[in-house]
Amino acid sequence: MQQLKIGEKSFNSRLFLGTGKFGSNVEMGKAIISSESELVTVALKRVDLETETDAILSHLPNYVNLLPNTSGARNAKEAVFAAQLAREALETNFLKLEIHPDPRYLMPDPIETLKATEELAKLGFVVLPYIHADPVLCKLLENAGTAAVMPLGAPIGSNKGLKTIDFLEIIIEQSNVPVIVDAGLGAPSDAAKAMELGADAVLVNTAIAVAGNPVLMAQAFKEAVVAGRKAFNAKLAQPNNKANASSPLTSFLSEM
Amino acid sequence: MKSFASVFEQYNWDDINSKIYNSTTQDVENTLSKSKKTLDDFLVLLSPAAQPFLEQMAQMSHHLTTKRFGKTIQMYVPMYLSNECQNICTYCGFSFDNTMKRKTLNLNDIAQETEVIKSKGFEHVLLVTGEANSTVNIHYFKKVLAQLNNQFSNISMEVQPLSEEEYRELHQCGVHSILVYQESYHKETYKEYHPKGKKSNFDYRLETPDRIGKAGIHKIGLGVLLGLEDWRTESFFTALHINYLQKSYWQSKFSVSFPRLRPAEGIIEPKFIMNDKDLVQLICAYRIWNEDLEISISTRENEKLRNHIIPLGVTSMSAESKTNPGGYAVDIESLEQFETSDERSAEEISKIIKNAGYEPVWKDWDKSYMMV
Repeated sequence: MQQLKIGEKSFNSRLFLGTGKFGSNVEMGKAIISSESELVTVALKRVDLETETDAILSHLPNYVNLLPNTSGARNAKEAVFAAQLAREALETNFLKLEIHPDPRYLMPDPIETLKATEELAKLGFVVLPYIHADPVLCKLLENAGTAAVMPLGAPIGSNKGLKTIDFLEIIIEQSNVPVIVDAGLGAPSDAAKAMELGADAVLVNTAIAVAGNPVLMAQAFKEAVVAGRKAFNAKLAQPNNKANASSPLTSFLSEM
Repeated sequence: MKSFASVFEQYNWDDINSKIYNSTTQDVENTLSKSKKTLDDFLVLLSPAAQPFLEQMAQMSHHLTTKRFGKTIQMYVPMYLSNECQNICTYCGFSFDNTMKRKTLNLNDIAQETEVIKSKGFEHVLLVTGEANSTVNIHYFKKVLAQLNNQFSNISMEVQPLSEEEYRELHQCGVHSILVYQESYHKETYKEYHPKGKKSNFDYRLETPDRIGKAGIHKIGLGVLLGLEDWRTESFFTALHINYLQKSYWQSKFSVSFPRLRPAEGIIEPKFIMNDKDLVQLICAYRIWNEDLEISISTRENEKLRNHIIPLGVTSMSAESKTNPGGYAVDIESLEQFETSDERSAEEISKIIKNAGYEPVWKDWDKSYMMV
């Protein structure tokens, strides 16, 4: 399968994982290995940057790339400041930009996200912003120098699947940067569907972390993402429920 | 400026009380089958009619909590800074009329306490005081916070009601959360238990969370002291308060705690008893009504209950708490606010959480978000 390139990095796997909500860090580590994911997002607020033996970081397989996120930031200022700390401490310029001033539904703030993306791109970050499935915003983010866009499929943590499918299709059609569907994917079939639509990757956390068997679920998502991507590459047959008309409307043309 | 008082005055204690106690099995079944729950549903879930549905409620609560918070429990510990208090609260060990010797920690004391707390692994601390405005005030807090800010990842405070401007200052000093309990939403009962001191002003206390919200504090903690009045009616008013605040201060998180009256030096017996089954019902009702609400369980509760309550909807727990200033290191025998019930070590609690299939989370905030 073709590698996915974001910034200067290339990925074999198109499944990205979150590290929150797992019942234990050991289980999280095993699920990541089982998913074969090469990029995992870690909340800066959960990581203890002052210790060498942070509980989350020490349980990650050493080949994975870190995608620090700014969950907890309420505006661009806070996010940019936190991003700089994360870059320094975690030695990566990759950043999942999360600005949700609303702690209930964690809805991303489009205005602040655009501002922060502009600023962070100038500072040399590879910015992956978490956003609403808003096609116009995606184009504005491209202009601002974003490395990818991460539109949500449904409210974060909701496991509701691709509620925003119509907008995701427009985003995918128009995008010049990788489109990573983030948030809301509840089942491997949702991930497969997103990949069939042409998403470049998906990010999954809750659906794996709180599954009865997270390690097995991680594997299921891995396979779904591969299957969905293959289907996209193979060019899906379009669904066709209509019978062919028995009296064609244009047949007269050949009779003239 | 609009405040909760204008909402509160539209409700009558006795009406709510009778609505709760007249809820029927049919009401409960209707409520449980709805996908979006409202305050009216919360009222029904609190009712005696909902008791036979407790297992079903627990399953729902467990499921919703895992979905929203994952299999994690946040760990915190209180640090009592002072037991000086000018209020008379007839249930509290710090009550002004209690003649015991008082103590307020100085910066040196606090450094020693901090060292002990940190050695147990805590990154989230809750600072607690009584109400002694001449000594334990914003100037004192600012000095304390300047020292603690680079020691802990997350600082919460449970102190006397302050002004909006003072809350804003605390926020700038790195305070993440403020807890203030109304104690009782029953005005006459409130007066009875708080006969003297600044705290006797029911309305000022009722509007305190509004001031906290306006100051932009990240998390606001509410609760009532369970044992003063009917817990069901009290809890409805608590939820009414949270509901109003959540709409008004949409950038803040909310948490609820369930202080049940515990024995303390020279205090009264609870008038209303809330048993363990009631507490479980209340926790589940809160979760089913409000998926995002943080729910905290302190060491007031006993070992057995704390062991089993982990998967029921709780999101944070304290451990190895001392409820007296200096209790960890400098003055182990000083006057405590109440007797804790679960005295197991943080390490033991952490093991119990892990054995329940949950990850104890010691750090879930970064002070960098407050440095700009």
